[in-house]
Amino acid sequence: MAEYKWPEMSKRKVMGRPFTRLDGVEKAAGRARYNSDLNKPGMLHAVMVGCPHAHAKVHSIDVSAAESHPGVAAVRVMAPAGTEVQWAGYEVAAVAATTEIAARDAAAKIRIDYEVLPHIVNEADLKKVQSRAKAAGEQIEGDPDQAVKESGIVVSEGTYGIPTLQHSCLESHGNVVAWTPDNKVEFNPSTQSVTSIRADVARALNVPAANVHVHQDHIGGGFGSKFQPDRWGVESAQMSKTAGGKPVKVFLDRSMEQVIAGCRPSGFATVKMAAKKDGSITLWDSQSWASGGIGGGGSPPIPYVFTKIPNQRKLHSAISLNTAPIRAWRAPNHQQASYLTCAPMEDLAAKLSMDPLDLFLKNVQLTPRADTYERQLKKAAELADWKKLWKPRGSQTGSLRRGLGIGVNTWGGAGHDSTCRCNIHADGTVEVELGSQDLGTGTRTIISQVAAESLGLHLSDIKVKIGDTNYPPSGTSGGSTTVGGVSSSTRKATLNALDKLFGEVAGALGSQPDQLEAVDGKIQVKGTPSKSLTWKAACQKLGVKSISETGSNVPKEAAKEGLNTGGVGGVQIADVTVDMETGVAKMNRLIAVQDIGLVINPRTAESQVFGACIMSICGALMEERIMDDITGRMLNADMEYYKLAGIKDIGEIIVHIEIDEQNDKRGVIGLGEPPAVGGIAAISNAVSNAVGVRVPTVPMTPMHILNALNGRKS
Amino acid sequence: MQPFEYASPKTLKEALPLLGSSWADAAVLAGGTDLLSLMKEGVVNPKRVVNIKDIAELKGVAKAGSGVRIGAAVTLDELLSSPLLRAYPALTEAARGVSGAQMRNMGTVGGDLCQRPRCWYFRAGFGLIAKHEGKDLVADGDNRYHAIFGDGPARFVSASSFGPALVALGAKIKVASVSGTREVDAAKFFVAPASADAREAAIQPNEIVTEVVLPGAATKNATYEVRQKDALDWPLATASVALTMKGASVGSAMIVLGHVAPTPYVASDAGSSLAGKTITAASAEAAGKAAVAGAKPLSMNAYKVQLASTAVKRALLAAAGVKA
Ligand SMILES: Cc1cc2nc3c(=O)[nH]c(=O)nc-3n(C[C@H](O)[C@H](O)[C@H](O)COP(=O)(O)OP(=O)(O)OC[C@H]3O[C@@H](n4cnc5c(N)ncnc54)[C@H](O)[C@@H]3O)c2cc1C
Repeated sequence: MAEYKWPEMSKRKVMGRPFTRLDGVEKAAGRARYNSDLNKPGMLHAVMVGCPHAHAKVHSIDVSAAESHPGVAAVRVMAPAGTEVQWAGYEVAAVAATTEIAARDAAAKIRIDYEVLPHIVNEADLKKVQSRAKAAGEQIEGDPDQAVKESGIVVSEGTYGIPTLQHSCLESHGNVVAWTPDNKVEFNPSTQSVTSIRADVARALNVPAANVHVHQDHIGGGFGSKFQPDRWGVESAQMSKTAGGKPVKVFLDRSMEQVIAGCRPSGFATVKMAAKKDGSITLWDSQSWASGGIGGGGSPPIPYVFTKIPNQRKLHSAISLNTAPIRAWRAPNHQQASYLTCAPMEDLAAKLSMDPLDLFLKNVQLTPRADTYERQLKKAAELADWKKLWKPRGSQTGSLRRGLGIGVNTWGGAGHDSTCRCNIHADGTVEVELGSQDLGTGTRTIISQVAAESLGLHLSDIKVKIGDTNYPPSGTSGGSTTVGGVSSSTRKATLNALDKLFGEVAGALGSQPDQLEAVDGKIQVKGTPSKSLTWKAACQKLGVKSISETGSNVPKEAAKEGLNTGGVGGVQIADVTVDMETGVAKMNRLIAVQDIGLVINPRTAESQVFGACIMSICGALMEERIMDDITGRMLNADMEYYKLAGIKDIGEIIVHIEIDEQNDKRGVIGLGEPPAVGGIAAISNAVSNAVGVRVPTVPMTPMHILNALNGRKS
Repeated sequence: MQPFEYASPKTLKEALPLLGSSWADAAVLAGGTDLLSLMKEGVVNPKRVVNIKDIAELKGVAKAGSGVRIGAAVTLDELLSSPLLRAYPALTEAARGVSGAQMRNMGTVGGDLCQRPRCWYFRAGFGLIAKHEGKDLVADGDNRYHAIFGDGPARFVSASSFGPALVALGAKIKVASVSGTREVDAAKFFVAPASADAREAAIQPNEIVTEVVLPGAATKNATYEVRQKDALDWPLATASVALTMKGASVGSAMIVLGHVAPTPYVASDAGSSLAGKTITAASAEAAGKAAVAGAKPLSMNAYKVQLASTAVKRALLAAAGVKA
């Protein structure tokens, strides 16, 4: 039996090196083919009609004019008469036609009669949404009532808000699907889960899973919003069937994408914190609320990271709004929690006349990983030149003021279920096959690195095949679980295959299989390069056979094996300059210090952190869903007023990933999410530090900043 | 999208008869950076689209007397690379503000002046006055980006950042139709519509903007735009100023605010208050304050008053070459 553990850090040859992404050039050159680029012969185009009302009952729906529109192949009613629609944009009907224009024109002919019902779409003011609030039970730890009365303590209180964000995937949600008369379904989605979406499609269409084939080479963004086939996936399949099996393409247009294809819940809280004069935090008392659409909202885990504050009271209400439902958003509920915790901490430090860095350091014992946060806070502060640059809140003059702020993160990130198959052919070709997907993070690249490392080969010797249900099942890419899952399964599959190869060639080398090793493109007797066969020569011994072995990552056994684990911490420090006359906040730097266990590829890891920081900058300074109270619609369902940073708005990003023996021993840990958590808190704190008052509402736009400076309510 | 006829005339003479007597008959297509979205969103549905990019008469930047003439089909990028326009920083700064290279390569001067408002209610099909079931969508809705000046029913902001610059510089806009050509003062080109069926520019459906004529640049001029983003975005408020100087002090000053009203907003009192003064941090700040004296912000956009005032101050200092 192969020994699966990772080779020692110092002995790795391919793992741990900063290879560029295998598909980088292909993507940059525009050659990479996404499923939204597909154009199959005879393909029909589908569009949907969204409900213009935020809350309404469908009285009647008449699709006859659409059905007789030239070029129309199928029309589906998605919300039949009697349906109560709970948000604007909800899909009411779909049309498939020979061209997208014909489909749109036909869709415009669908007559829908609604009974319009009252709606509520904004939740910033808790008093105004009491009728939609559902309170969870009060949670108490210690004695918060006593803690607030303790003599010699400093109490700080504030109300904070962080808005709903849209996923805004560049490749919108959708698929091309063909459901042919032989009851087979060819499904080409934009998905974060090639393997599991097959089962979902099969179930929804009542077709055997074995009849569903899914293929996807690339995906243009998901961030947690692309796990399911979605209603349009199912309806487009039905329309394909109606059309005799012609492929049907449905990809949401930008405004639908922004409205219905996923958002992150909001988070609001009035927080009271108290500390002793030395900064030891004694109290957390919060009344929080959030909305994630009609179903209420996620409850952010507060106090975040500083979970061991001795006295706590927490009240949370979920607000039901007539807005499209949330989907998982890169570290669900963590950004909200990080902001709703780190902002009050920054305010508490100001009230204590204490440097917030000292306050965070003083209280690391209240976190589950005191050593990690202490080390990371110090490292981030050093990289930020904190001691030199930080100035107390309110101590600056002049129209340009610079501020620094801190945010923290934590995440799990252990590997998911994954099976890899490794095929070794007699000509020396190596294939590794997984029903996984590369979200753009470098999954292909790290799979190659693990395989090459295990087989003693070069990156270019490995053919990675992913994105297809003909390959062994691999988990959903959510929760930062992919890297741990695929690296572990690839490690096991390749070593299992190598074992077989050793068995085939041991005789020729006059040795035993367990005495062999694969190094530098050779199979040799351990430590004896003179007794070796080149990889090619060794594989030739297979004759007409080939080797095909699998290996699996099984999450509940993974910790024991040590290939992957979970549980990380990270610290971000933001450095901003705010123009006091215009309220424009600009990024100078965002510093991210992160531990992630064993790092397979420092370059792709660093890229992940860059991306996460950019996302945080957008979320901290610009992004927010804007809902109109009167019409109940989203006003900025575009990329014009749904503002995202451009390259010049990013400033400098400094990434420090803790790569060392200590962290390495923990095995592989996912990185997609944690660095996307603390940036918003850090940037907001930096803004407040610069301008001298708390700007309570994210994003830090000129409107919110000037309102806070002038004592206006935002 | 309604099917439409496409025409690509090579001369103005060929082009003009292709336009109609109502807006629904035909639309002029320049860079298309705005027209295409309008058509896709169904806000406009022309029966014919007339491409004017191949009309030579509408191209080029050239000397015209003591001033400069800019063809309507000149792209923002061409405008920025013309040495003739160096004396008009108020205009080139406005063009530079449109920070997307794609937008500057495609977008034209005429298109910038004739682009439709970006008010989100207008773009969602609620019209320029934006009413829904008797409610005033702007006044009662989300008006963070809307007007802080104006008494009429329209509360959108004029989208063109060239508008305020051209008004400040005293430019004229030339317009042609089958019945001849006319010249409009830039200040009169933009109008606040008084009713739902009125338009925001003094141009008829059968007319094409052919060129912009800048007078000789005997002035110090500048534009300052308050922008949150450096990447392509809309300014939150802008100010374009043009000063004639008498020695070290101001002879006359034109101060024009942008993105604060349905038209470029001429702050005449603030302008006249500067006559005889030198531009200093204090006088510029006072002029900025005076410029927003008549502001009537809506429920959410009081912050824009400060932005407008700051833009005036900074534009004046930039025009006069004074460091703040
Ligand atoms: C995100 C974003 C940010 C932007 N920021 C700014 C900004 O800060 N400042 C700014 O000024 N602009 C800004 N723009 C707008 C951009 O500058 C305009 O879209 C562009 O200038 C329009 O030029 P065009 O030639 O593409 O016009 P087109 O789209 O071709 O035409 C626009 C309109 O003008 C009409 N038209 C065009 N030319 C003529 C003519 N010669 N005579 C009569 N009618 C004509 C068309 O019929 C149409 O109605 C921004 C655009 C976007 C999308």
